[in-house]
Amino acid sequence: MSQSSEVLLSVQDLKMYFPITKGIVIQRRIGYIKAVDGVTFDIHRGETLGLVGESGCGKSTTARAIIQLYQPTSGQVVFDGEHELTHMKGEQLRRMRRRMQMIFQDPYASLNPRMPVGTLVREPLEVHNLLTPGERLGRVQELLEIVGLNPYFVNRYPAEFSGGQRQRIGIAIALAVQPEFIVCDEPISSLDVSIQAQIINLLQDLQRQFGLTYLFIAHDLSVVRHISDRVAVMYLGKLAELTDSLTLYESPLHPYTKALLSAVPVPDPDTEEKRQRILLEGDVPSPANPPSGCRFSTRCPVASDVCKQIEPEWREVMPGHWVACHHV
Amino acid sequence: MDKLLEVKGLRTQFFTQEGTVNAVNGISFDLGEGETLGIVGESGCGKSVSMLSIMRLVPEPPGKIVGGQVMFQGKDLLQLDKDDMRKVRGSQIAMIFQDPMTSMNPVLTVERQLTEAMDMHLKLDRTSTHRRAVELLEMVNIPEAEARLSNYPHQFSGGMRQRVMIATALSCNPKLLIADEPTTALDVTVQAQIVDIVRRLRRDLGMSIIWITHDLGIIAGLADRVQVMYAGYIVERADVRQMYRDPRHPYTLGLLGSLTRVDAHSKDRLTPIEGRPPDLIDMPPGCPFHQRCTYRIPLCLEKNPALSEVSAGHEIACWVDTKTGGQRS
Repeated sequence: MSQSSEVLLSVQDLKMYFPITKGIVIQRRIGYIKAVDGVTFDIHRGETLGLVGESGCGKSTTARAIIQLYQPTSGQVVFDGEHELTHMKGEQLRRMRRRMQMIFQDPYASLNPRMPVGTLVREPLEVHNLLTPGERLGRVQELLEIVGLNPYFVNRYPAEFSGGQRQRIGIAIALAVQPEFIVCDEPISSLDVSIQAQIINLLQDLQRQFGLTYLFIAHDLSVVRHISDRVAVMYLGKLAELTDSLTLYESPLHPYTKALLSAVPVPDPDTEEKRQRILLEGDVPSPANPPSGCRFSTRCPVASDVCKQIEPEWREVMPGHWVACHHV
Repeated sequence: MDKLLEVKGLRTQFFTQEGTVNAVNGISFDLGEGETLGIVGESGCGKSVSMLSIMRLVPEPPGKIVGGQVMFQGKDLLQLDKDDMRKVRGSQIAMIFQDPMTSMNPVLTVERQLTEAMDMHLKLDRTSTHRRAVELLEMVNIPEAEARLSNYPHQFSGGMRQRVMIATALSCNPKLLIADEPTTALDVTVQAQIVDIVRRLRRDLGMSIIWITHDLGIIAGLADRVQVMYAGYIVERADVRQMYRDPRHPYTLGLLGSLTRVDAHSKDRLTPIEGRPPDLIDMPPGCPFHQRCTYRIPLCLEKNPALSEVSAGHEIACWVDTKTGGQRS
């Protein structure tokens, strides 16, 4: 993978709060779910940035706030050095969307069951007014071929395809407008292992072929290690650690990263027998009422008084290695 | 090891409008006292249906157990009448499922659900039942167990619900615990907690476990023996170390080749299994895996290989020796 140091997307202190309301006729705001609470990172052109974390940590919300499917509460998202996305609306934003696409988790829910595949894949071309109507069918068939589907499937409906094939359709739709940046939101979580590997290979081939940049979201840490150049770990709306994938997996610094990695089972009985697990107590706290200080302090095996009072700063401890922890 | 369970030629089909689905196609296996057997396979391979068949929980119609024997402590469970089977279920054999939210009743307190099986099978008085309920919750590491008993399922997190399910399953000291992907819906850190609890309980209580999963990682640290299922057949079975060190069936090799590992920094391409599993209504003749198999020889298209030993305790259902690529003698 040919990553450069050129920053394609820069996220600055991004926050996404969802109001909690009470009352039916007159709705009063009684609090906020702080789904994403100030995350800062860059994505370089041509790289794959993995974003991992447990359910409810805000990884999908981060992605959606980046491509403006949600209007972020505050913060900046700068695309390609000059386009600040969070203030864009209408036509301006629509034009930017040609350059950023998304692949969704559930290939069963993300495709309109009443549209044949040809129409589904053609839709982005129509929305963005690309090619002449006559050329579009050819392009659709070319796209299907690129993702490994039979180009003559254009008249079939999503129900006629398996989960893996549907995910390929989702990828073809994302590729239709020739984007530079694709958010992959758990693209393989609902697939069987042998099919997962097919899709991972496809995503890597496409990256090489078209020079794509990926933000790859997943909860499966081994898949993220395989596909990512750099990996960010998220916990309860904040980033805990971010570095290149080799460093993150071999010498993690944040206690949460360590616990997370030690919890992943390895397909090797001998290794499994010897491994020391760091078992975390309890569950992830609610993002409506996050703990004061460090968010991980309630479950952290090395937490001290300072962790419970002062929120750790997001700092670069070594070149390219970012951590938010008082004890690093 | 004494045999606790012996399944012989179990065959389960579903009769649907599209045709007959061959979900489980005559599988045989056994399980020793205190042993943990892992069953690995992808969706639709028959791993869950075979367990539901053992429990006699296959919905009839459309399903039907059309053949075989399930010998449990010397009795054939498939021959028991409904009442006798009910006495086995929950007390001798207990099962936990993937989704703890749908397997709990949302309008009953946790205590009601936890004690239901005890009321039916153990017939203790109320104070002992309550005491036992508290003990069970403590056993699965639920803090403030006494107070938590009057809570409803929605007041528990996913991981805690699954722990309540485990406590419920163990309430009558079953000899056999069947776990059907109990950690699939959970986060890895919570999964690690659950696996840790199960390991400890297995050591303390000495029950046998059948653990169904699609995750080859989790089974490596948990099972004594592993069997791999594909399209309703068992295609490979071995001791857990043997299975991971020296897998022999092309499908097992394919599964392991598809896997990314958290402890290996390999950026090589994965080697997935091309294609997808066969249609269980219209199964191809010969070996069920032959369409996706890279070791295929002409014989594979004609005859389905039976499970046979490659070495002591290591069986595969394959015509080919995957070491040499030639036909097995």
